[in-house]
Formats: sequence, C-alpha cells, structure tokens
Amino acid sequence: MRIWHIVCVAVLMMVGLNRAEADDVIKVGVVLPYSSVYASLGGDITDGMELAFDLFGSEVSGKKIVLITEDSEVKPNVGLAKTKKLVFQDKVDFLVGPVASNVAGAMRDFVHNAKIPLIIPNAGNNALTGEKCSPWVIRTSFSNDQINRVMGPWLYNRGYRTLYLMAPDYAAGHQMMEAVKRDFVAAGGSVIGEEYPPLRETKDFAPYLAKVKASRPDALYVFFAGGLAIQFVKQYHEFGMKDQIPLTGAGWLTSPLFLPAQGSAAVGFTGALNYVPTIDSEENRLFQEAFRNKHERTASEFTVQGFDTGRLIVEALNAVKGDVSNKKELVEAMQNVTFVGPRGPFRIDPATNNIIQDIYIFETRQVGYKVRHVVIDKIPNVQDGPNGCEM
Amino acid sequence: MFLEPTFLIIQLLNGLQLASLLFLLSVGLSVVYGLMNFINLAHGTLYMLGAYIGLTVANTTGSFWMAFVLAPLAVAALGALFHVLLLRHMQNASPLKQVLVTFGLVFVGLDVVRYLWGDFSHSIDGPIIFSGPVMVLGEIYPSYRLFVIGLGLFVLVALYFGLERTRIGAIVRAGVDDQEVAMSLGINIKLVLFIVFCMGCGLAGLAGVVAAPVLSVYPGMDMSILVMTLIVVVVGGPGSLKGAALGALLIGMFETFGQVFIPSLASVTIYAFMALVLLVRPSGLLPVQPK
Repeated sequence: MRIWHIVCVAVLMMVGLNRAEADDVIKVGVVLPYSSVYASLGGDITDGMELAFDLFGSEVSGKKIVLITEDSEVKPNVGLAKTKKLVFQDKVDFLVGPVASNVAGAMRDFVHNAKIPLIIPNAGNNALTGEKCSPWVIRTSFSNDQINRVMGPWLYNRGYRTLYLMAPDYAAGHQMMEAVKRDFVAAGGSVIGEEYPPLRETKDFAPYLAKVKASRPDALYVFFAGGLAIQFVKQYHEFGMKDQIPLTGAGWLTSPLFLPAQGSAAVGFTGALNYVPTIDSEENRLFQEAFRNKHERTASEFTVQGFDTGRLIVEALNAVKGDVSNKKELVEAMQNVTFVGPRGPFRIDPATNNIIQDIYIFETRQVGYKVRHVVIDKIPNVQDGPNGCEM
Repeated sequence: MFLEPTFLIIQLLNGLQLASLLFLLSVGLSVVYGLMNFINLAHGTLYMLGAYIGLTVANTTGSFWMAFVLAPLAVAALGALFHVLLLRHMQNASPLKQVLVTFGLVFVGLDVVRYLWGDFSHSIDGPIIFSGPVMVLGEIYPSYRLFVIGLGLFVLVALYFGLERTRIGAIVRAGVDDQEVAMSLGINIKLVLFIVFCMGCGLAGLAGVVAAPVLSVYPGMDMSILVMTLIVVVVGGPGSLKGAALGALLIGMFETFGQVFIPSLASVTIYAFMALVLLVRPSGLLPVQPK
C-alpha cells in the first residue's frame, strides 16, 4: 500500500510539474552537430541564435524561450533518434536543425508526419524545399541552387565563356555544380570539364589541378568547405594557377572559418554567398559589433543563419502571443515574419518555405595585413522556383 | 592533351609525393608487423599527433624546422610510453584483442586531439626556402613537394643501409626471420623490438608534420590516411622495407593516375588494385622470405 501511495504522489507531482513547466516556458529542440566535422558550424549557429534572443528578447508573453540542444554527430540515424527524444521525452514545441542535408533528409519525414514545425538553419539540399517540401519545414539558410545559379549568367556577362567545375562527389557538390552549369550554359557559355573527387577529407588536389590547367578554361568554378577548402586554396596558390585561371565558386571556400588558415593564398577568389562579414549596412554593422563584444571573433555566414533563425522564432512567437499549442498557426506566423537583417531583406516564400534573400558576389582582397571579402555585386531577392514542391 | 609529356611528368611528381608520404607511414607499420606480428591501427593517430604537435611547435616558435625536428621526437616518445604502458602487456594476446585495443586508441586519440586543439581545421606554413615554386619543363611546381619526395627517398636509402649494412640492421632482420633463434644467440630481442617500434612511431610523426603544409590539419585526418597505409602494407607484403617502398610507390601512382584517367572510379582504383594483387600474390608483392 505504501508503495502505491508513493507512486501516486510521484505521478501527481510529475504531472503537476510538467504542467507548471509547460505553462511558462517555450521549449525549442535544437539538433545540430557539436562534434565531428561540422562541429564549428553547429557552434556558430547556436551562438547566433543566442545572440538573437539577447537582442530581441528571450521572453514572450511571460514565457521564457528555452533551448534544449542535442548533438546530431552528423549522422542521419543519430539526428533522427535525438529528434524523437526531443519530441517524445522533452516535449519540445518546435525544432531547429540540422547542418547536414543527409541528417535533414532523415528528420524531414518524421517531423512531416508528426506535424512538428522544423526550422532548418543550414542544410541546403534543394529537395527539402523542392519535391520533398513540407508545410512543417521552413528553411532560413539557403538552397544549393539559390547560391550557385546566379553565378552562371554573372560570369558569362563578365566575359567568361568556358568553365571547368570541381566539387566533392556527394549530393551538395553535384547540386551546386548542376545549378551553375544550367544557368551558365543557358546564358551561352560552355562547361568544358567537370571533376568530382571522392569526399575523403585528406585530399591532394594536385592531380586534378594539372588536369584543369591542361584544359585551359576561362575560369574554374568550385565548391569546397572545411579542411578541403583550406587544402584546395593553398594548393591552387602553390601551383601558381591563380594567375593563369581565375578561381571562382560557392563562397564557402573562403568562409571566415577557414580564412585564417588560408591566409594570403585566398586572395583573388570570386564567390557567391548569402552573407559576408563586410556587407555595408547598419544592420550588419550592429550585428557584427554585438557578436564581437560577446565572442571576440568575426561572425560567419553560419552565425547569421542562426541569428536570423533566432529572430524569426522571437517574432513568430510574438505574433501568436506565446501560444504554441496551435502548431498550424505557429508555422503560419513563421512564414509571415519579414525583417531586414544582417543579410538584407529576409522573408520566407510561402510556396516552398525556402528563404528569399539577396545573394552577394564578393572578391577576396588583401586589405592591409588582412584578407577581406569585398562585395562587388548583389543579386537582390533571389527566389527558388517550386521545383516540384506541392504542400 | 593528357598525354603531353609535361602533364605526365607533373602527375608523376604528384604520385611520387604521395608515395613518399605513404612510405614514411607504412614502413613503421610494416616492419613492426614483421617483428611483432602486431597490427597497430593507432598508427594513423600517431600521424595526426605529429601534425598537431608540429602545428603547436610551428606556431609558438614560428619555425617549420623546429616542428620538423621536435614533432617526430615527441611522437616517438609517445610511442615509447604507449609501448611501456600497454603494448608490452598485449604481446601474447590474440590478434583480435590487439586490433580492438589499438582501434579503441584511435577514438581516444581523436577525442584527445579535439579536446586539446578544438574542431577547427588548421594549416602549417611550409619552410621559407621551399615556399616558392620551381619550373618543371615550363610548368610551375611547388618546391616543397620536391622536398617531400627527396625526404622519402632519403629515409628509404638510410633505412636500407641501416638494415642491410649494419649490425643493428642484421639483428632486426634476424628478429623478423626467427625470434627464438635470435634470442638463443644472446640477442636482446625485446630491446630491439622496442627501439624499432619507437622509430616507426617517429616516422609516422614525421609524415604528419611533413604532410601538414600540403594537406590541412584537422581531427579525423588519421582515418583517411590509415586505410591507404594499410593497403600499402598489404600490397607490398608485411614485414619488409622493400615491400613498403614498392607498395607506397604503386599505390601513390595508382591513386594519382586513377583520379586523372578514370575519375569515375577514383574511389575504388586502389582497392581494386589491392584485390588484384592479393589474388595473384596472397602474401603481397615482396613479402619477407617464407621460413
């Protein structure tokens, strides 16, 4: 009998506690990589979100916004298990994550069926806001197509007629090259060679570089990130190819995360990206200043994606006055958020749930002792087509 | 276009450069295997530690050459520690246990590196005298890569003469051939094993610090090179210096030219080559003479 008393009291207490908790906090489940290859990206996005809560308020209608973070380890099965844990055990109100597209693919079906809102702060796979789009999945970062396709006509208009493409052999690499190729060819140019080295982290690019050199294209267009970006930029420089074949590509190649290790080897790269730290606007200046005061480093494009995600969350929660019980209204509120952020005008395309944003074309130049991203052009309000998306 | 002599020579140099790195890595692994019948999967971890220790030394002293000297010594010392604390007690354990223990060390090493140096990718600047390019048949080639090739050749020649022409070399060869007879002749085989093991570790550390200016330094760099190193050992024939050299040369060339001529098969060329070699010569191309 006594055991039963204790059990009953315990259960009642837990129910009571749960209710008390549910009443005054809004729980955000965060699935990001905090270990493995993309750990620095997960950290940047989290820092950005926290900065947004600092600046735009971490309380909505008396409820505190609480982040519950889980490490995806960049593994689809782990990311999915952590997502389920956040939903079933922690009973989060909605989710943010992940960084990698393969993890996003695994999480997408689950949140779609469970009808839990998911905000994607990085993963760029076209399908997530294309044929695999969901009314429950909103992307605040970019699609692979969105970043790269603008470079096709842009390079053609700058006088380049032949391109050579190079990217790691996985979905993102192929999608990015496909985007630039399609629009470069449509503009009248031709792609004279493509290389997709296996995605192995240690990579000597020398054999590929010799091949590119022998083909003599007007420019080389690449996508690499992480350790690969550092190796590629240094080797391209060491083989003296920068003076012969201009290097261009998706702007992550010289991200602020990799620039310190690349140093002056990175000078002369022309890239396209949704954000560079040197964008000349009041919003960006204030953002970089606030971030620098807190973390003593330059905020990257990943930080901005986290920051804008945080701001979207705060503004959507304000719009529903902190009431997260109706998920459909919550998602609609998220879709309706617009603001001018560090990246420029931010809004969500209701047809695909992908972000509509400006794409910046920049060149890396030596300014004093530092290598900086100098914005040389801007393509405003780049919007993806439906690409098979039906909600 | 891809059959122009200049293009082929540049690719040949690229292949030699990779072969040189693979040789530095595999020779230690191979000779230790021959002596102790022991596969050390943590060999790649030692390579990674060499690169990271080199990174720290290069950043604090501002000199690549300090890193070049100190990192291999530090890694050899770590190898000695590892031998005294763990390996000595594993000598008679079953191969499965040995593999599991060294495989466990791979994960420990990875987390230690991430804890001490963080998750970011780094790079070491090469030495200033090798920072400029040289002209090879009218094409620009980084001189540092020629230095890497030269270093590999130097280590090969030094080890060859050390093993074939000196007393210590004779002792090591005797140890590989038949440990019991060597011991009965009054040779302290345990000490020889220990020294050879430490040297192998030092060479892995050397490979790490030498690779750092060409490839970047990041957690996980060990696994990507370990697989290739194991293939070199298997192809060359475990236990022999010549085997390691030949294996490194062949794998370096296959990897390089495979990427250029059959890019769609780039990720499988060396595996296919290994399978082929094993079909024809199950114990590798230049195995230690069967007893």
